Amino acid sequence: MESLYLLLPLSVLLVLALIGVFGWAVNAGQFDDLEREGWRVLEEDRGNTAGAACAPFDPDQA
Amino acid sequence: MTQSIPALAAPVYSDRVVRNFALASVLWGVVGMLVGVVIAAQLTWPELNFGISWFSYGRLRPLHTNAVIFAFGGCALFASSYYVVQRTCQVSLFAEKLAMFTFWGWQAVIVAAAISLPMGYTQGKEYAELEWPIDILITIVWVAYAVVFFGTIGIRKVRHIYVANWFFGAYILAIALLHIVNSAAIPAGFMKSYSAYAGVQDAMVQWWYGHNAVGFLLTAGFLGMMYYFIPKQAERPVYSYRLSIVHFWALIFTYMWAGPHHLHYTALPDWAQSVGMVFSLVLLAPSWGGMINGVMTLSGAWHKLRDDPILKFLIVALSFYGMATFEGPMMSVKTVNALSHYTDWTIGHVHAGALGWVGLISMGTLYYLVPRMFGQTRMYSVRAIELHFWIATVGIVLYIAAMWIAGVMQGLMWRAVNPDGTLVYSFVESVKATFPFYVVRLVGGLLYLSGMLIMSWNVVKTALNGRMVSAPIPSAVMA
Repeated sequence: MESLYLLLPLSVLLVLALIGVFGWAVNAGQFDDLEREGWRVLEEDRGNTAGAACAPFDPDQA
Repeated sequence: MTQSIPALAAPVYSDRVVRNFALASVLWGVVGMLVGVVIAAQLTWPELNFGISWFSYGRLRPLHTNAVIFAFGGCALFASSYYVVQRTCQVSLFAEKLAMFTFWGWQAVIVAAAISLPMGYTQGKEYAELEWPIDILITIVWVAYAVVFFGTIGIRKVRHIYVANWFFGAYILAIALLHIVNSAAIPAGFMKSYSAYAGVQDAMVQWWYGHNAVGFLLTAGFLGMMYYFIPKQAERPVYSYRLSIVHFWALIFTYMWAGPHHLHYTALPDWAQSVGMVFSLVLLAPSWGGMINGVMTLSGAWHKLRDDPILKFLIVALSFYGMATFEGPMMSVKTVNALSHYTDWTIGHVHAGALGWVGLISMGTLYYLVPRMFGQTRMYSVRAIELHFWIATVGIVLYIAAMWIAGVMQGLMWRAVNPDGTLVYSFVESVKATFPFYVVRLVGGLLYLSGMLIMSWNVVKTALNGRMVSAPIPSAVMA
């Protein structure tokens, strides 16, 4: 049972840290435009380097 | 390497390490499943132990579990997390050489397991059997993994951190915590140690670890995989990006408490058992949030399932995920657990999740990844993917159904009492009654292994027909 004296405060600290991470995410605008973020992985991100050659099959790789 | 325009020397993704892990995953999948078939056969016909110590069921079982979880599943997670973090951050891996070290380090862990476990070196903790020197190696590799992964996020060119990366990040951090706490041990020789914990406290630590290994490695990690590769393969965005974030936080918070459901009606205090039961029930919601989100991503594109076997793998994987995450909470209820604990129903449940969710989502992902690692758009044989899918699915259903029936039967037989209070059945009678179900389970496992062998053939043909390519990174676009 004595281990609870360590475990409970540690757990609380961990939860506080996680809340901190969540708070950072909100403040850093991570959740600002969720629709767009869902689409981003599919974007035809051809890049505008001059002469980018043949049509890539996968936008994430070209 | 392909460079279409020599003058530009475009920066490329660090895909060599992705390729290595993807191929290793297929290899270890075959090995792990083969050991699984061997031990299934040994349970059916114990003569197959042959009196050879290193071939005995007791030593091979942890080899099987470690191989399929950490070698097959682990390599698939390394491959996909390294692939996804690069592409969603539009940057190549931070500390690429360190990433390559994680590959060789992880293979060393796997080989050390393959040697030490049949030799009988074990800490006796489920999914944490490896002795202390290997545990140290795991820690070193894992720290390197975290450095590479979070470092890559740190140097990202896209401001938004895609949801899959949250799942990968949570799995990496959680496994670090779980491994260090549960593997704490006092060495007493080169390959011998004693757990830092004892008795029921040790049991609780072990099952806090064990269930969170399921929750963070086998669930969160593979959900990260799912959240990238289903949208990519279906060419549709995640059904509800908002839901993906909500259920992520709910999932990682709830999972941590579910461990005690492994210890119902043991010496663990009742209040701890109840906490585990309640949170396991709550867990149904965030789990199904993920399942629904993934499956509904196909909304408006269901027809693609007809012709695309990779999508079949990915979506059916989610169906099994939904099934297993309903079954799990049900089995966490104390009264249900009073019947199911120590029976083959537990094995059935594990394998619904392992073969159905983890296996199929990994296979779908690898079928997406492997061609791209070799400059191709698709695998050598799409028909072989389709064949693999059906064989695997039939195998899974046979496996699970056999174990359900066996498990409930065992539970009922063990608790049957005569009017005078004596037991109706002796234990060995329940063993005998289980025999036919072990045969069916073996058949199911053989089918699943066969599917994996078909996959290996397909992967080899794809690799031989292609050329190792590292893809160029598109011009960075600030989010």
